[in-house]
Amino acid sequence: MIADLLEYDFLRQTFITGILIGIIAPLLGTFIVVRRLSLIADALSHVTLAGIAFGLFLEKKFSIMILSPIYSGLLFSVMGSIFIEKLRSVYKAYQELAIPIILSGGVGLSVIFIALADGFNTELMNFLFGSASAVSRTDFITIFIITIFVLVIISLFYKELFTLSFDEEHAKVSGIHSKQIHLLFIILTALVIAASIQIVGVLLVSSLMTLPVAASMRIAKGFKQMMFLAIVFGELAVMIGLIAGYYLNIPPGGTIVVVAIIILLIAIGYKKLPVATKGART
Amino acid sequence: MNSIISLQDINFSYENKTILHHINFEIPKGAFVGLLGPNGGGKTTLIKIILGMSKPDSGRLTLFDKSLEEFKDWNKIGFVSQKSNSFNKGFPASVYEVVSSGLTSKVGYLRFFNHKHKEKILQAIDAVGMSEYAYENIGNLSGGQQQRVFIARALVSEPELLILDEPTVGVDYENVQRFYELLHELNKRNGITLLLVTHDTGTMTKYATNIACLNKTLHFHGKPEEYENLTEKEMSKLYGHDVNIISHDH
Repeated sequence: MIADLLEYDFLRQTFITGILIGIIAPLLGTFIVVRRLSLIADALSHVTLAGIAFGLFLEKKFSIMILSPIYSGLLFSVMGSIFIEKLRSVYKAYQELAIPIILSGGVGLSVIFIALADGFNTELMNFLFGSASAVSRTDFITIFIITIFVLVIISLFYKELFTLSFDEEHAKVSGIHSKQIHLLFIILTALVIAASIQIVGVLLVSSLMTLPVAASMRIAKGFKQMMFLAIVFGELAVMIGLIAGYYLNIPPGGTIVVVAIIILLIAIGYKKLPVATKGART
Repeated sequence: MNSIISLQDINFSYENKTILHHINFEIPKGAFVGLLGPNGGGKTTLIKIILGMSKPDSGRLTLFDKSLEEFKDWNKIGFVSQKSNSFNKGFPASVYEVVSSGLTSKVGYLRFFNHKHKEKILQAIDAVGMSEYAYENIGNLSGGQQQRVFIARALVSEPELLILDEPTVGVDYENVQRFYELLHELNKRNGITLLLVTHDTGTMTKYATNIACLNKTLHFHGKPEEYENLTEKEMSKLYGHDVNIISHDH
């Protein structure tokens, strides 16, 4: 792939896109995991699928070109994220209810749009399981802009996000606008999911947000360290997974997740070594 | 300014049940107030009202000579909640990071921690005697050590008033004593006004400058010596049932 990388533009784009989502997916994932919102990623990825299906449907049936179905995916994902927040405030005592509602809604809409468009085969496969060759120039630029945006917002609001994640009550008492910050965060999550779907696919996108974090959590002593390690693990999984997927002719979503799981298992094993637990108190 | 907190005729009820009934209460600057009372007596509710988290049905609350509506300077008040002790133990944050979160709102939006802030954070960690553990994962510390970290988080924004809601629940006896020594020192040396909700009557009479007893209404508010001289009859009125007064020998 390395030689091919130099030769083919589209491969280079895919690889750089992989590197970008290898940063932003575990970065957002760190906050998602510690706030116990892991399943939100799954719900939003299915809503994104509905958006993508809607975009493909418009394209096929009405020849309305919206540049790329990733835009309708983004739109649906962001709307879904705002809707999840609404539902979470409606069902205060059962906040997790928002997730199956949004997830099934996303799948339902996807099925409808796919059927209305009389099915779309390869393209849909690419979106479900990821693709090593699907990243177009437009998508690449969109994902690049999303990455910059996410990095800027996260660094500007890092201290508020951390404070809120660690202790929501304390954050509120000290005067942090927890609702607004949370909404901003959930919209960022929606953007990252829509961006990641190109490479890892709808069904596996949440794993890229949670598995590297689950692994780094075993090792890190602090939050920033955990974030940094999660990104390193995420990058490893994306790069090895993309290259392996390319050579074995397997959708990269599958290979990326398998590599991430191997990293996770190593991290769990590492914690059990006496060296790692030395100094840790019981 | 003499009173840091002033409550005038505060009433609060929840689902038609009276929780607080005509509370008049003042906390003078520099005091160390121990707020005692039985479970369900309204202590936590009173704290929530002071912190603006609950709205009283009627009455007037003044914080630093300003009404609650006018009061914006929440950084003057540090809060260590009962829940600090039951936080998610698996949360991967270092002591330094947890303490830094106490500065978040003081530093303000779109600003970063600078060198001075970092020094303040380390000073607060030092003030509670946790320097050695500054970069340890908070989940690896004992309950007493964790509670010190939460005090440091409250101290880092340099509050004038520190409110603690049963901070020693689940902390072992020896550490509780060290904890009170720390509070005593903060009160005497740094001049921080303290409001401490606790069940620990014996220790409170040793360290507090004022004692208040709450069971729906404020049954007693005075000096620790006066509290110790309360008769058993007055005591049982306060707690609503017979009590055995346990004395601590220190």
